[in-house]
Formats: sequence, structure tokens, C-alpha cells
Amino acid sequence: MAIDKAVEIFSGFQGVQGDLIPILQRIQETDGYISEEAIKNISRFLRISENEIYGVASFYSQFRFNEPGRHSVKVCLGTACHVAGGNILSDAVQRELGIDHGETTKDKRFDYERVACLGCCALAPVVKVGDDIHSRVNVHRLNEILEEYD
Amino acid sequence: MTSLDHKRKEASKKWAELTESKVPVIYLGTASCGRAAGALDVLAAVKEELAEHGLEARIVEVGCIGPCYLEPLMDITVPGEPRISYANVTTKKARRIVESYLVEGDPFIKSAVGYFGDTTTELTNGVPRFFDLPMLKPQVRIVLRNCGLIDPEDIDHYLANDGYTGVMKALEMGPEAVIKVVGDAGVRGRGGAGFPAFKKWELCRSAQADTKYLICNADEGDPGAFMNRSLIEGDPHAVLEGMLIAAYAIGASHGYVYIRAEYPMAVARLKKAVGQMKDYDFLGKNIQGSGFDFDITIKEGAGAFVCGEETALIASVEGKRGMPRSRPPYPVISGLYGKPTVINNVETLGTLPNVLRNGAAWYRQYGVGESRGTKTFSLVGKVKRSGLIEVPMGMTLREIIFDVGGGSIKRFKAVQTGGPSGGCLSEEFLDLPVEYESLAKAGSIMGSGGLIVMDEDTCVVDVARYFLDFTQKESCGKCSPCRVGTRHMVEILNKITSGHGTEEDLTKLRTLGEVISNTSLCGLGQTAPNPVLTTLRYFEDEYLAHVNGKRCDAVVCTDLIEYRIVAEKCPGCLRCIRVCPTGAITGTKKEPHVLDPDKCVKCRACYEICPFDAVAGDGLLIKAETGARSE
Repeated sequence: MAIDKAVEIFSGFQGVQGDLIPILQRIQETDGYISEEAIKNISRFLRISENEIYGVASFYSQFRFNEPGRHSVKVCLGTACHVAGGNILSDAVQRELGIDHGETTKDKRFDYERVACLGCCALAPVVKVGDDIHSRVNVHRLNEILEEYD
Repeated sequence: MTSLDHKRKEASKKWAELTESKVPVIYLGTASCGRAAGALDVLAAVKEELAEHGLEARIVEVGCIGPCYLEPLMDITVPGEPRISYANVTTKKARRIVESYLVEGDPFIKSAVGYFGDTTTELTNGVPRFFDLPMLKPQVRIVLRNCGLIDPEDIDHYLANDGYTGVMKALEMGPEAVIKVVGDAGVRGRGGAGFPAFKKWELCRSAQADTKYLICNADEGDPGAFMNRSLIEGDPHAVLEGMLIAAYAIGASHGYVYIRAEYPMAVARLKKAVGQMKDYDFLGKNIQGSGFDFDITIKEGAGAFVCGEETALIASVEGKRGMPRSRPPYPVISGLYGKPTVINNVETLGTLPNVLRNGAAWYRQYGVGESRGTKTFSLVGKVKRSGLIEVPMGMTLREIIFDVGGGSIKRFKAVQTGGPSGGCLSEEFLDLPVEYESLAKAGSIMGSGGLIVMDEDTCVVDVARYFLDFTQKESCGKCSPCRVGTRHMVEILNKITSGHGTEEDLTKLRTLGEVISNTSLCGLGQTAPNPVLTTLRYFEDEYLAHVNGKRCDAVVCTDLIEYRIVAEKCPGCLRCIRVCPTGAITGTKKEPHVLDPDKCVKCRACYEICPFDAVAGDGLLIKAETGARSE
């Protein structure tokens, strides 16, 4: 993360600890992930240790520490999705993309995460690719859905 | 006339222009769930269809009205006719309906599910009232009264429907009187524990401090629950008005909405609504000339279930790891930044405007005993009519699942209330009234409102394992019993579901569960074993079948089932061979295929694609002979 971009992000904040999570969220929004350099910059701005920032960031499931792919695949494993076979879909994604959750494919096409609940339980099982939520997905449809994104 | 009266009048005019529109109005449910079902494609198709015919019509995007199984829903009003609702609308169907109704004048009744309002005309013959549909009739919609009916992004729609009248009443009567009304009404916290709202408020009000805070807990972390998301997406101002009332009662000058970042649309709608409140003098200094100052900040949660716990949530708002601390001091005395803080759930706050507007006695007419009013539930899982519902407290589980929900898809087995902290209740509890005390007595909790129905195709051991796996991952790690204990429980459950369990393991689970409940600091740990303890109590047979018989009768636990092709039923269509990701199925056209169990990863692809019942995911021991598909 370039320093001028960091300055721009920080300009909207007061520089207190309460800003930490919103700042991390802003950085993830712009960069797609939290880089080591970003953590260094935050540390200087908020005057808290890099160690603590990493501690906070890694506590929450929202933050990722490696570069995301062009499309983020999120398989919902909420209760309703689980009962409807969400874990079968997560296995299938892993198999299709050849990556574990939290990882990005080599060609940077997809990254893949498991999420606890997208709140579309009545349409379970659901898979989110980018901003699109796909409902009542099965293994066969999953492959068709993934092909739509390049 | 005050400026608010003026604004309200303008809003009513605007609302009337819509309800008595001279041109047709098309309403589309485009909340997250509607979008997941394809509402945006429908929207685009409707626009195209209108353009093709050169038709003039207004399109209004509304929130979720509740029956998710009917999504996407599209309603059409033509001048002089009631609003007609069409269900499960595809792009093709939407175009057809628009063409038929708006061009040819035929309302395409065969696709209509209901109409709104009280007047029928010849056109709506044979169509029931929408709110008379079996799923909706038993419901009492108080919190959800506007959801799906108004444009959530337009404050005028809310104003025109008695919006912000509750807070105006509150400002007139003074904080003590507000607390009394809410106490008399018997409003209890809807986040799960059911603590009387007014008690928290009184404690906070009487605490001495220069600053006090109100936090709206919208960190709806229970997997399988989406009541708060729907309410915020469908009627954000109801929640924000509730915040004004609560803040005024406790004397808070600043409020936070702590909302899950996984709900981007709800976040966006809240932000927009907060901006509108500023424009309408409902935020800032001297609100509506009352001398009451209040501001709201939206804080996005970053994904941690434990942050639903009050002290963890506060730590998270302060920019720290969301770890609970021991209480006392309670947040009402020392909360956010050490100041007195009240944390109320979205639904509790959404209830308040209605209570203030209609009075305590009106609210008390709903509910039973110490549980008054209504409760929203997300009714999901293996139920025929899934969706978001609101019913009076005290309705039985049977009425909720069978009358409202239409029953389970296959034979009913269990219902999970209260999410990962709750319990799994068996058939014998179906006549249990749904209220705080009776659920607790049965070993479960009311929770925030997730109701997950399970039928004979659901394995309760697998569900218990699922919940424990969830809480184990979400444990913040502070207390060893929770951090280590839940891990052990998951390992034992994994052992059982993979067919390596012993009866001794069941005893271990019980002991561990009790220790974790008794020795954890916060609600997460204290309730984490509930799903296992209740299923052990009510479904011990199923555990024993896994342990002794090494069988999973629900055909869920993959290590205990086997996929086979029933040769007599297989015409050799090659479909399964094409979808099999591991090449486990071989064969030629018009010859029965063969499945190699050693290569099979049990991904279900063949099972789902086979149109001939030839592939059966049958229990290894139990159904090996029948060859019948388990459905």
C-alpha cells in the first residue's frame, strides 16, 4: 500500500484505537487484503504496536492477509445451508479450484472462503460469487456458475 | 404548523400518489433474499418489457414481506384495482404477466397468489387476500408491519405510515414515562436472553455520568437467522426510531449500530436512512425542538460470533479483539469507553415505536404470561413454507411449524431453536408454547429467533457436530473450558459420525458439556454444549445407532453411507458419468453403469442429476437391500 493512499485513508479518522477496525475495513475495501506494509502504516498512525493490530485483525474472520482473486467465492455454511448440503458444495469448490479456504488460485481468478451465514437461509444452499448470491445450488450447477466468471 | 407536520403532510401526499397512482405500479421485493432468488433479473426484464410496449409504470423496490419460498415476488397495481401479488416470478413469467395485465388487461390470475387491501373486484376473483394465505393468516405483524410494503429507502413512505409518531409521543411524555410505558408493556430483550428492557434502561438512566451510550446490536451472528437483516433492509427507520426512543429514555447522547459487515445492503440502507434523519431533524442538536441531542454512528462488525455478547461487542467497538470480560460491572454502569451503555437488539428497538404509538395495554394483548408481544422468527430448514414470520408469543411450535410453515418436507424429526446456543427439540415438544420460560425448561432457549426444522433426512448427530464445530471456531479463546472443551467435543463427535464412536464417548460428551456450561465466562461457552446435550437427551437412539450400529439412518454422515447404482433401474444415459468429478462411474450408452466405491468422493452430483432413481445414497447397512431412493 503506497504511503499517499494510506494518508488518504487515514485522513477520515481521528487516530484513536476505536478507528482500528474501520481503518482495516477501508484498507481491505481498497486493496482487497491487509498487507504487512498496511499494518506498519496503521501502527504509525494509531500509535499501537503492529503485533496488536495483527492480533485484532486476525481475530475477525473478515480480514484476509493475502491477495484476493478476481472473484471471491463464498460458500455459506450457515445452519440452513448445512442441512441442505452446504458442506458438499464447499468440498466441491475445493476440488474444482484446487485450493483450501482462505486461499487464492494461482491464476488469480478465484479466492475461496467459507462463511457462517449470508442470511438467505430460506434459499439454501447459497453460494456467493463476487456480489452475486446464487440460491439453491447443487454440485452440478456450481460448476456452471463458476464457469460464468473469468 | 411545525416543519414536521408539513413534512408529514407532504409525505402522505406522496404516499397517496403512489397508492392511488394514475399509472400502474410494479412492486418488486429486492432485499438480499429476493436478489438471491433472481429479483434483479426480473427487474431488468420488467423494465425491458415496459419499454418494448411503450408503457408507463412506476417501479418501487420494496423489502422482504416474509414468505421467502415464494421469492421472487412481484406485485402490480393498476388504477382502480387492488395490488395483486405474483410469486416465484422468473424473467419470462414477469414479461408475460406485464404484457398480459398492462397491455391486454388480463391480470394473469393463474400466477397470482394474493391481493392486498380489503376490496375485491371482478378482476381478482378467485384470488385470496395476501394476508389470508395460510402462512400469513396466523401472524401478527407489528415489527414487520411495513416490510415489503414501503420503499425502505424513502423516509416519506415511513412518515406517511405513522413513522416517527412514537418518538414524538416519547418526547412529549418525558423519559421516566417512556420507561414506564415500556415496562408496563412488558417488552423483553429480543436478542435471546429476554431481560426486561425497562430494567436495563432504569439502571442506565440512574447511573451518574457525563456521557451515556446506546448501542443497537445488529450483529446477527446465529447461522440460520436473518430476522434483523430483513427488518433493517425492509424498514430501517423503524429500528432507528426505536433507537431515538431508547436513547431519550436512558439519556444517551450518542448511539452506535453494530452491524455485521456480511449484510452490505442492510448497512447501505441504514447509512442512507441516517442521512435522511438528519435532513428531517431527527438527529443532531435539539431534535424537533425538544432539547434532546442524539447522533448515530454505524459500526460494521468484522465477523466474530462472540461479539453478540455485550462486553465483547463493546470491546470490538473500541477497536479491540472482541473478547468478553467478567461482569459486574455491567455495561449499564461501565460500558463503552467506561461510560454507562445500554445495548438493545434490533428487534427490541423495532418494537418500541409501536409500543409508544399504541400504548402498553395494546401491546400486552399479544402474548402470554411474562412473554408479551410478538416475536419474529426465521423459519428455515426442511419446512415447506420457509421465510420470515412474526407471531404472538405463546404460539405453539406445532402451530408455527405446521400452520404457518406448512409442515416439514418429510416426516418431522426436530426443531432447533436459539441457534448454536439453543437446543434441538423433538416431536413431543411440539405443543410447547414458544415463550422464554417454557423453552428454557425444555433445555433450549428462545434465542434471537432462528427456527430450523429438521425432517427424517436430517441427522441430529451431524447437526450437533455442526453447531459445536461452529462454536468451537468462534470461541474467543479466553476461557480454557470453552476453548479446549468445545474442541474435544467436536473431536468426539467427529469420531462418532465417522463410525468410530463408543458408548463411553456419549458419557464423555455429557460430562464435558456440563463442565463447559458451568465454568465458562460468557454466554457463548455457557450455552455451547446445548445442542449436544439436548440431542443426547431427546435423540439418544440416533447416537446409539451411530455408535453401535455404525449407521446413519438419515443418510447424511458420509463415512457411513455408500453410493451405488441400481442396475435394474439404470438405462445407461451417461449423465452421471459426465458429472462425476473423480471418474468413479464407468460404462457405455444403454448399458447399466458401474460405480467404483473406492473412487467415489460422495459429492452427490450423480444423485442429483439422475432422473431414473438409479443412484441411491443409501445407508450402508440399513437400505443396502431395498435399492429404493431414499426420497
